[in-house]
Amino acid sequence: MSGDHSDPLLAVEDLRTLIQADRGTVRAVDGVSFAVDRGEAVCLVGESGSGKSVTCESLTGIVPQPPAEIVGGSVTFDGIDLRAADTDRSAIRGARIGHVFQNPQHALDPVYSVGDQLVEAITIHREVDEATARERAIDLLGRVGIPRAAQRVDDYPHEFSGGMAQRVAVAIALAAEPDLLIADEPTTAVDVTVQARLIDLLRGLLDDGMGLLLITHDLRVVAALADRVLVMFGGTIVERGPVEAVFDRPAHPYTQALFDSYDGTTRLAERPSRDELPADGCRFRAECPHAVQSCAGGEQPGFHTVSDGASTDDHAASCVYYGDGYDAEVIQSAGRAVQQSATGDDDD
Amino acid sequence: MTERPDAEGEPLLAVEELERHYPITEGWLRREVGRVRAVDGVSFEIREGEAFGLVGESGSGKTTLAHTLLGLEERTGGTVRFDGDPVSELSDAERRSFRRRVQLVVQDPNEAFNPRIRVGEAVAEPLALNGMDDGDRRQAIVEDLLERVGLDAADTDRYPHEFSDGEKQRLAIARALVVDPDLVVADEPTSALDARVKSDILALLEEVRREFDVSLLFVSHDIDVVRRFCDRVAVMYLGEIVERGPTDRVLDAPAHPYTEVLLDSVPSLDPSDRSLVRPLTDTIPDPADPPSGCRFHTRCPAVVGPEELSAATWERLASFRFTVQTGELPAAIDLADPPDRATIRSVFDLPGAIDDEAIAEGVDDAVAALADGDLDRASERLAAVLPSVCEQQIPATVTVDGRPVKCHRHDPAIDAEPRPE
Repeated sequence: MSGDHSDPLLAVEDLRTLIQADRGTVRAVDGVSFAVDRGEAVCLVGESGSGKSVTCESLTGIVPQPPAEIVGGSVTFDGIDLRAADTDRSAIRGARIGHVFQNPQHALDPVYSVGDQLVEAITIHREVDEATARERAIDLLGRVGIPRAAQRVDDYPHEFSGGMAQRVAVAIALAAEPDLLIADEPTTAVDVTVQARLIDLLRGLLDDGMGLLLITHDLRVVAALADRVLVMFGGTIVERGPVEAVFDRPAHPYTQALFDSYDGTTRLAERPSRDELPADGCRFRAECPHAVQSCAGGEQPGFHTVSDGASTDDHAASCVYYGDGYDAEVIQSAGRAVQQSATGDDDD
Repeated sequence: MTERPDAEGEPLLAVEELERHYPITEGWLRREVGRVRAVDGVSFEIREGEAFGLVGESGSGKTTLAHTLLGLEERTGGTVRFDGDPVSELSDAERRSFRRRVQLVVQDPNEAFNPRIRVGEAVAEPLALNGMDDGDRRQAIVEDLLERVGLDAADTDRYPHEFSDGEKQRLAIARALVVDPDLVVADEPTSALDARVKSDILALLEEVRREFDVSLLFVSHDIDVVRRFCDRVAVMYLGEIVERGPTDRVLDAPAHPYTEVLLDSVPSLDPSDRSLVRPLTDTIPDPADPPSGCRFHTRCPAVVGPEELSAATWERLASFRFTVQTGELPAAIDLADPPDRATIRSVFDLPGAIDDEAIAEGVDDAVAALADGDLDRASERLAAVLPSVCEQQIPATVTVDGRPVKCHRHDPAIDAEPRPE
């Protein structure tokens, strides 16, 4: 069943998910394509409601249906068609694709101790005796930053604080040694010292060949982990590229606004929750200072390579200005690198 | 962002040697067998119009400190003076006034509102509690305030679920401001919010600070937020303030090794710089049983070692010693089935040759003890041959660059350079 190793570990093509809401149908994921290689970290950035979580939850079909409905696209994991009716997705989830949810309590069963849940995950792949599995459970808890892991292994999920429960969820997702880890804000509400430890842990797993699809709004975590970045807005990917290229030369007006707002010097207007985004063309056009008539209507603007002087063919933006007949310089000159903006990073 | 001169009169809030200890009791007699020193002798001042930051890891006691000075937690020692008067000696009327003048904004705005009460009523509630009986006047104040925090006067009739998290945090800020306070205590006010909303709320707090002329106590683990927002900052570790001073000086030239570890654990925004500093050991000690001497010494990369050892040798031995002491050994060392001495030496990256004979012997003994599965004996041997002033003496507060710092490295009486490289 294993795919060719030259194929990416995960390939997503034109994924589309609708969500039925009170106000009508929302195109939560609207034509999203990307790939994750073995040993590669891909980060999805964007604000709440941009479709990052729904994208990730659509991959293995865990998005609640209804209200959601996956209406199109293909998802191929290690040669397996995850959207095919005869694919046993539940056998792949947990065992080969680990998922850390934004709300850790999703992943934790309240009636079993975290040790039992870890042991169960550990024994999916490995035929080990109970004592060995338990030792590995304690080791994993320690590695994700649970103090006094040997004592806490027998505690129940409700006995852990929010940040601790998040770390326990990471440990459980990693227990089965998945080929791909999908992690939704795994370091939110976690101290910087623990975050540093989690980053080290994930780097080690990436070196061992695990693929990582990471959702985070923390650009520092992106800088620390990502190989490639996907910027999402309104259910669409608006920019993609290697992390250095995107951070140095943000190309899409939305990416530029997002990075600028990060250091607090300028800010994106808070969009009232009651307003809706355009459902066609460029979803950012209503807020974009450079919008022109051709931004409206039809599918999102095609991806154009951002010619930024560096040899990064795969740095591309979904913006008409990078196509023929427009002056891309207008947009590019408006972007500021995210580096050093927030803090004037010490240069020791 | 420079520190205002001290000569500017009475601070708005002055906290001296504040303590909040929780007794640990045992048995039906509830005999006290220990104390959690959540806040243990903390002093600082907040001046009028100033934004003061409090940073530290979870368990450092920063939220308990905020709650204790608000009177939400009982003090077990020390004093809190507000406008010059000790809060403990206020009359009932003065206490009511104190409760009006100091307001709290909590982390999760979803916890701040009753879902069945219209937001107009919720925001007006502190006014009613403070004796404003005129409903029309309350309504007018609330409508004005909602507009000033970026919402709509007509929003008063809505229920909390109709608002986004960012809007709810605006409502929470409006409710704190409705009684015209002098000090707003904001406990992680942005950490539950996403980036766009976070920057909006910070901008709002900046506006509020200017327009309403309030002081702010900002409790946060987010260094970026503190850097942007606070005039001065205090760094807390296990119930104590280890360093305090103007924000730019503390964050750009930290004097205490704990501050350095906190700052260097934050990833750089430059993807090509992926270095992350880690503490000597990962285990945060139990606040019920804090380490002796300097409380940070078990995790301190700059812990002072025996003179006989080179810095590089000491660093590895210190890491070995304190890891053994915490008992949380690397996965490769299972005490139920201990590996041989060579493996233990390589796992801990122990130096091959140690010049000092007594230390070399002690380290050999400890490795042998671990190979026998005897953690306690290993820990005792290491403690005996690798003493540190940092565990033996409580550091005095010394002044570094005009600011108070609690670290032996800066104590002129201790023979150790401030920042070993």
